[in-house]
Amino acid sequence: MSDTAPVSPGPQARPSGSWLRRAFDRPNVLGPLLAAPAALILLLLLAYPLVLGIWLSLSNAVLGGTPKFVGLANYIQLFHDSTYREAVFYSFFYTICSEGLKLSLGLGLALLLNRRFRGYRLARAIMLLPWVAPTVLSALAWGWLLNPQFSAISWLLMKLGLIHQYIDFLGQIWPARISLIVINMWRGIPYFAMGYLAGLTAIPASLIEAAQIDGAGSWTIFRRITWPLLLPVTTILLSFSTIWTVTDFQLIWTMTRGGPLNATQVFTTLAYQRAINGGSLGQGAAIAISVIPIMLILAIVALRTTREGK
Amino acid sequence: MKDRAGWRLYLPLGLMLLFLLLPFYWMVLTSLKTRNELLNTPNPWWVFHPSINSFISLLTQTQYPQWFLNTLFVSVGATVLSIVVSFCAAFAIVRLKFRGARVLSTAIFFSYVVPPAILFIPLAAVLVKLHWFDKLWALIPIYATFLVPFCTWLLIGFLRSIPRELEEAALVDGASWPRIMIKVILPLSVPGLISATIFSFTLSWNEYLYALIYMFSSANKTISVGLTTELMRGDVFQWGQLMAGSLLGTLPVVLVYFFFVEYYVAGMSGALKD
Repeated sequence: MSDTAPVSPGPQARPSGSWLRRAFDRPNVLGPLLAAPAALILLLLLAYPLVLGIWLSLSNAVLGGTPKFVGLANYIQLFHDSTYREAVFYSFFYTICSEGLKLSLGLGLALLLNRRFRGYRLARAIMLLPWVAPTVLSALAWGWLLNPQFSAISWLLMKLGLIHQYIDFLGQIWPARISLIVINMWRGIPYFAMGYLAGLTAIPASLIEAAQIDGAGSWTIFRRITWPLLLPVTTILLSFSTIWTVTDFQLIWTMTRGGPLNATQVFTTLAYQRAINGGSLGQGAAIAISVIPIMLILAIVALRTTREGK
Repeated sequence: MKDRAGWRLYLPLGLMLLFLLLPFYWMVLTSLKTRNELLNTPNPWWVFHPSINSFISLLTQTQYPQWFLNTLFVSVGATVLSIVVSFCAAFAIVRLKFRGARVLSTAIFFSYVVPPAILFIPLAAVLVKLHWFDKLWALIPIYATFLVPFCTWLLIGFLRSIPRELEEAALVDGASWPRIMIKVILPLSVPGLISATIFSFTLSWNEYLYALIYMFSSANKTISVGLTTELMRGDVFQWGQLMAGSLLGTLPVVLVYFFFVEYYVAGMSGALKD
């Protein structure tokens, strides 16, 4: 067998050994293999439920019953449902107000922290606490601070002579709506401050100094240099934060459960009440699915911004 | 260089920090008050007769210790699972560039933005079919649904920053890909892995919606769920116990955070960047 060519070692001198070993060394074998566990978890517990959710929203599924396809009936029903409309209103109101407040106060805090003063390290470390701490547990503390009978905030306002009787912060429509926005803002300020701090450190000091030499005031510097350079960071922070705020559950559920009189009902709390408390999975799923278009737009905006310049 | 830091810095900063720390001060204060002082006090902003009775009754008369252990078990389990799975996936996507890697990385980004709020109803149906309802360990793979996308995304960004020359050199030396992954890339990824670990632990520790719906027997509850469902019954809430429980439930994440504050910040800006 003189024409038998010597066995080629392949394009590179790769390690020899059993076929299994060689297979593991090929990117097109090892790659999918390593990615498989992640893909499996996400397919089974994320993608499949997502599709199932869409199917449930098109069915009359109830807890323990056999679901039947009903087309868009759930969505049409929602359209005529005044509670759902209230939830849509408050979801947007809650999100827009708290995003605006978080953004401006977070930026303000970042500007304050973006210098070297005595204790700036400690200040930076402790300011993140609201973001790190479990939301439900800090919401409990807020609930007790805003208790209708024993509120320490009402007590303080009384002592200062600003009010004449204790405020029922969470039991009245507008005070409840505003209290939740303030607490959401409390939790989100550190996130924006952190993101903006990272953005501010990336701005070259020479740029600011040059403007100062040219005689620009600090407001002009902020408007013409700092803010435009912070715009990409702003887009990312805002899109992620909005995704979390529109679908917030923990904070509202712990403090008001959507009450009083559905005044603080949002998508998630209403979906929970309809599906888990009320047992109508189809209705609940339709409410949850109705948030997807908003998520999709925000996700695309975030993805575009993060991938830019790559 | 130190700035001239006058009242224009310290006043707004001080007010902001007071506001940000207020609920934590409130937890500490309330947990030290006696039942009597909670309802009747000349000044609610201070504690005049501190006592640790709330802590004692919380730890001896409620299932709080069990909830604490449950939370710890689920958080550690979900973190370990997610870190291992995510590191493998991120390595495959960034370094191996196999066919379909790009599609997978976009899919992972989109699964990162699918909030639990959209999934909890159909996921309940899936869990019923799998007989995973009210099983504590089931929370581990469930939490992986939001941890894996987050960690993979964060590690993808981190692995991209490791220079390619390193593995090229190893390939020329005849090292196999699995060997490069373990011996070359893994040691260099430690800072990224620490960031991902801290975030995963914190996110699992703080999770509420899934644990609230899928765990119903008292022995399977986590801290947040136990406190809000078992100690908030009836008209008179046990505020002393509730705040003691909130304080003890907040401490672990705060401690982890203070130990690794640099990694936390790096992870947060890393997740923003990429």
